[in-house]
Amino acid sequence: MVMKSRDSKFSLSRRFGAGLWVALVLVAGLAWAAGQVMSVQVRTSNLRSRPSFLGATVTEMAYGTQVRVGSRQGPWVHVTGPNGQTGWLHESALSEDELAMVSGEAVAATGASSEEIALAGKGFNDQVEQEYRQQNRDLDFQTVDRMEKIVITPEQAAAFLAAGQVKPAEGGR
Amino acid sequence: MKRFLTPPRITWLVLTLMITASAIWWLAGCASVAKFTTDAAKATGHISEDEAESLHRGIDAIDLTFQGLTPVQEYYIGRSVTARMLSSYDTYDNELTNRYLNEIGQTLAMASDRPETFGGYHFQLIETDEINAFAAPGGLILISTGMLDLCHTEDELAAVLAHEIGHVVGKHGLRAIKNSRLTSALTILGTESARHFGGSDLKQLVEDFGSGVEDITSTLLVNGYSRGLEEEADQIAITILKRVGYDPKALSSMLAEMEKRLKVGGPGFARTHPAPRDRIVAITPALIGLPDQIEPEVRYKRFEDATWKP
Repeated sequence: MVMKSRDSKFSLSRRFGAGLWVALVLVAGLAWAAGQVMSVQVRTSNLRSRPSFLGATVTEMAYGTQVRVGSRQGPWVHVTGPNGQTGWLHESALSEDELAMVSGEAVAATGASSEEIALAGKGFNDQVEQEYRQQNRDLDFQTVDRMEKIVITPEQAAAFLAAGQVKPAEGGR
Repeated sequence: MKRFLTPPRITWLVLTLMITASAIWWLAGCASVAKFTTDAAKATGHISEDEAESLHRGIDAIDLTFQGLTPVQEYYIGRSVTARMLSSYDTYDNELTNRYLNEIGQTLAMASDRPETFGGYHFQLIETDEINAFAAPGGLILISTGMLDLCHTEDELAAVLAHEIGHVVGKHGLRAIKNSRLTSALTILGTESARHFGGSDLKQLVEDFGSGVEDITSTLLVNGYSRGLEEEADQIAITILKRVGYDPKALSSMLAEMEKRLKVGGPGFARTHPAPRDRIVAITPALIGLPDQIEPEVRYKRFEDATWKP
């Protein structure tokens, strides 16, 4: 009787231990799966050939593009795009949320429905800005639009630094 | 067949649920009791509205409401803040100078801890002798010609831009929005099931948006950020300058020139920023031991060419 009781206690703790492992594996598995797909959360992001701010551009990725996440190096994340393109994106360009399109331009490019666009822009969005502009006609949005048109590419940045003999820290960032 | 819910298991389950529920209740209770107390203190005139607001902000720190804004929302706030600032200042529209400003600024931003914002970083000169610069959420940055004039080298100009980028990286502008605007907006978003806002919801949302934009512009124009946030922006600037290869000591020499030129009680940085000499003292430990850099001739020449004003 004594032996039996010890046996059952042993098997109970063993079962508990096994259960704990199963739970841990499940949690880890879920976390791993959740981190697998991320979305580009900026208008366009440059997919880089190497994990550095001076890494050359492989291709541009638009807002809402879903990428499969691989390894990480500091703030840089190795990703695979929907067409199989691979490269590095900075973590600040990525969101764990699934994002839809936001602007008219994006619609034209992707053929997303107007419903998807409205959903994506929930909150302070283009509709709110338009309304705000109606109420504040003296604000200078024209210059803001003009400012946004000046874009320096990573390649132009690298050339600019080289021309000025500015030497980035070893390995870049 | 074995029962899943044996008595010991039920006991554990109930205990776990009770502990979780009481923890949630306790956390929520602390915040609401503290809020009630500050509201009461405000009502009885013991503290001002601003003080109550900042206390609430402390209490709500656990929510980090401004952190809940997406890059898209930050982008729209930043656009309107910049449009507001631009209605108070004329732009200085020399194409070469503005291009040069963006080459330096956007390159620095790429090397920051937050290179990607929804609309990206963009820089524009404004025409005024005031020593001033403004960074709106999302990365729209305005630099005064008065600020440009006090820079002797590209490295010093880079230091000015890196400091402003520091404010964007640290989301300092968004922190200036009073929490009440965000909680109001988030409440609408929480209840809003329609895909497009209509009627009263849109009206309230636009009002919250406008108030948030005002909170930020008045901080940029009148009140300035706290000393702590300014020091944080300086530290971020030093990190960025090091990564890109500019001389971090240029921040110190630029501040020394600013100290000479700022008029006590004058507009711009004299009003909204800690004294340059105090900022120099704060950054000095981070600059000790760094090698002296000599600006190459080619870099000096392009700075002169791009910033020359007839």
